[in-house]
Amino acid sequence: MIAEILISALLVMAGIFGLVGSFGLLKLPDLMTRLHAPTKATTVGVGGVLIASMAYFLIFEGKLSWHELLITLFLLLTAPITANFIAKAHIHREMTARDLPVTGTERDWATLMPSDEPVQPVMNRVDEPPRQVSDH
Amino acid sequence: MTDLGLLDWALTFAFACFGVGLLFNLYRIARAPAVPDRILALDTMVINVIALLVLYGIRTGSGINFEAAMLFAMTGFVSTVAYAKFILRGDIIE
Repeated sequence: MIAEILISALLVMAGIFGLVGSFGLLKLPDLMTRLHAPTKATTVGVGGVLIASMAYFLIFEGKLSWHELLITLFLLLTAPITANFIAKAHIHREMTARDLPVTGTERDWATLMPSDEPVQPVMNRVDEPPRQVSDH
Repeated sequence: MTDLGLLDWALTFAFACFGVGLLFNLYRIARAPAVPDRILALDTMVINVIALLVLYGIRTGSGINFEAAMLFAMTGFVSTVAYAKFILRGDIIE
């Protein structure tokens, strides 16, 4: 009985998270904010469904299945990568360098100045930003 | 599925939530301001379909749907990256 309530609560919460993630895709104003809804809320929703499935098969069927853990691991690994690729495509297609905020370091945004050599990250922030953004 | 009333209701609720989410994604694919929005909506659609497959696996009580969900996750990831790469560079494998 307790297990049934637990699995039901997990399923209801997962459904709400999934619905919120998909609704955020419609509600939020532009793509950079819209990226957050599916990559975070919907991933949590699917994770809840997968945990509920593991608990259901462990308690009611008496066998532990590892497929859900594999799917969870794969989704959690790939969601940030797809979000990064979509944001990169958005920056290069729809935005100019002037729309982006200044980085506060000596280097510009890494996706705008690609280099073949490996670049060390800049840790100390410079006082003067290299690019003026207030000229429009 | 045994005679578990509460679990049945929760499953139906989750089915409805992810189904409505799929409809939202479909609307976003039809009416999007730019191409990256459509890629994002397609990626969300894949995640929702994975959730629906796993829910269907719980309802039927069989573990045969997990391979399908795993395949959906893999092909969804690869196709999203390939699409984003294509509109970014005009080429997928350089």
